[in-house]
Amino acid sequence: MPKTITIAPVTRLEGHAKITLQLDDAGVVQEAYFHITQVRGFEKFCEGRPYYEMPGIMARICGICPVSHLIASAKACDALLAVRIPPAAANLRRIFNLAQLVQSHALSFFYLSAPDLLLGMDSDPAMRHILGVAQTAPETALDGVHLRQFGQTVIEILGGQRIHPGWVVPGGVNEPLSLEKRDKILAMIPEARAKVQRTLTWFKAATENFHAEIEVFANFPTLFLGLADDEGKAEYYDGHLRLSDSAGNMVASSLDPKAYASYIEEKVEPFTYLKFPYYKPLGYPGGVYRVGPLARLNLAERCGTPLADVEWRAFRAMSNGPVLSSFYYHQARLVEMLHATEKIEQLLLDPEILDKHVRATARVNSNEGVGVAEAPRGTLMHHYQVNDDGLITHANLIIATGHNNAAMNRGVLQTARHFVRGDQVTEGMLNRVEAVIRTYDPCLSCSTHAVGQMPLQVELRAPDGALVRSLRRD
Amino acid sequence: MSAAPGAKTFVIDGVDASATPGQTILSAAREHNIFIPTLCHLEGLGDVGACRLCLVEVKGARRLLPACTTRVDEGMEVTTNSPRLADYRQMTMQLLFAERNHVCSVCVANNHCEMQSMATTLGMTHVEVPYRFPALTVDASHERFTLDHNRCILCTRCVRVCSEIEGAHTWDVMGRGIQSKVITDLDQPWGTSETCTSCGKCVQVCPTGALFQKNRTGERRGKDPSFLPYLRTMREEL
Repeated sequence: MPKTITIAPVTRLEGHAKITLQLDDAGVVQEAYFHITQVRGFEKFCEGRPYYEMPGIMARICGICPVSHLIASAKACDALLAVRIPPAAANLRRIFNLAQLVQSHALSFFYLSAPDLLLGMDSDPAMRHILGVAQTAPETALDGVHLRQFGQTVIEILGGQRIHPGWVVPGGVNEPLSLEKRDKILAMIPEARAKVQRTLTWFKAATENFHAEIEVFANFPTLFLGLADDEGKAEYYDGHLRLSDSAGNMVASSLDPKAYASYIEEKVEPFTYLKFPYYKPLGYPGGVYRVGPLARLNLAERCGTPLADVEWRAFRAMSNGPVLSSFYYHQARLVEMLHATEKIEQLLLDPEILDKHVRATARVNSNEGVGVAEAPRGTLMHHYQVNDDGLITHANLIIATGHNNAAMNRGVLQTARHFVRGDQVTEGMLNRVEAVIRTYDPCLSCSTHAVGQMPLQVELRAPDGALVRSLRRD
Repeated sequence: MSAAPGAKTFVIDGVDASATPGQTILSAAREHNIFIPTLCHLEGLGDVGACRLCLVEVKGARRLLPACTTRVDEGMEVTTNSPRLADYRQMTMQLLFAERNHVCSVCVANNHCEMQSMATTLGMTHVEVPYRFPALTVDASHERFTLDHNRCILCTRCVRVCSEIEGAHTWDVMGRGIQSKVITDLDQPWGTSETCTSCGKCVQVCPTGALFQKNRTGERRGKDPSFLPYLRTMREEL
């Protein structure tokens, strides 16, 4: 008899979700749905607010990535002012964004995914968490804690507080960097870098244990989207958008981020609050793309810092074209953390970073502004329209996790087809279905700008829709 | 030492004290280092007793009296702190928060807000009455400043500073009760006001984020109304 499996709530994710697996009479997974079960309405309730409150309001979308939203929002506001912000301010924002990348990647890798990677997909779920990691491999757990601390401390030094700092403002930042603060950050870098390198060595060896997962964890052709600079280096704050196909051919090498609406469309499905963006010229689902660490490393021609470039070459050498298995998001995350420690150091060693001129002021000179930056999970887009007084009349946000929505759904289907058979469903099988989503490190509350109940739930459903089995974790 | 001519002697919180003729309970209390909470009062402006936080008990009076507008009388017995007063002040604060839309976390005045810090001082931890969530507007038509009715507590400091110090009287209050709101000129967009001199005094004296300078979010310093006593003193000396 055909069945439906429900995994709910999906655990170790930022946000709330549910997975439904539809089985046929033979017990084979026919269809899989990844439901985001919340909606928040940020785009709506910000209407009528002054534009300069937007960075502060939009940062509240997320307590993990407030910095990413601050930056995309402030960039959209820069566009409303139509100013070019001082170079020191742009580089300070870059450092801020990279520090955010380090702390968020550390959270994803060590806290959320290391339990699967270190303890095994089938290990006892009661111990499969960061404390289980701490018992088995205390050094790894401590590295994770320290790397998060590194990123958060840099954010605190620059922005005054770790969560929801108010330092990034339309036109730049509101305080220049002092020599003391610069030296304090510089002093922390070598230790952080050593920890990332140690983790990379461990991870690369550990991939030997995950051949099956690598094979079916969202391992399929899609397009890739991300920012790159004029030389094709990975870029996190500014630059052009690039889009490549699954063979590595550039579909578009220099898209203007501000014109995103002309080439990205958002498709709506009835089973989830999260929309499905796709590349308009190729339609849906042909235009489905992935963003984030995997996409960025696939799109870049290099990282632009010595140690990360060595790791980038090793990463790309794993495949003839782009690396397609989403399992490698984990490795890409570590390479990016390494790059971030190098890039932060480079930027801080430039004396210009101490320039006192860090803010451009102007009134609203444009009624429309788009800000695009790379958040840890991928390309983040803020788009505002204002009236002549600078009050918001319309806002549209496309969050990194949203870009990955279609790929996550397909990844769940692929993984479930491989691991889930009939109603003899083991916890380890379902954990793999969750783990494929974890590779994307989705931030579901961000991506739907949503609030609500969100533990993970998996449902197994019969072809007639009858619920066969439901697993739920709160 | 003998008392100044006409001085009033009174008892405040059980302590004998003196006040100059016409001095308010609030002013005399502060001279004696006795704390009475206020929000609408500002040194250098006339008092109106709008916020009701400074209510005190006066022996023989049938109701609580605002310390900022009640003058000391000979032989008065004043209590500035009692469980009853603490309850009233807490409730007053809660009503202020519930009346309009105060969202501290995303407010331009966060960490620099007199209302926020007064709530902390008074130990307010919850708002026990339902929030009203009124639909109020933001007037951003002025070139440099913004008025957000969501954050206005109707203390009327802006009205008083504009009238008493700047002499423009651009600001006033219209409506009654819950409909009351501050307006510029004849309830027209601030940017079209013909009397506003754009001096910014109203912004500096506003205790909340209701009046603020455009594009000044996330700054680590707050408003600075310290110009007021100086201005007042200088003018009196002229």
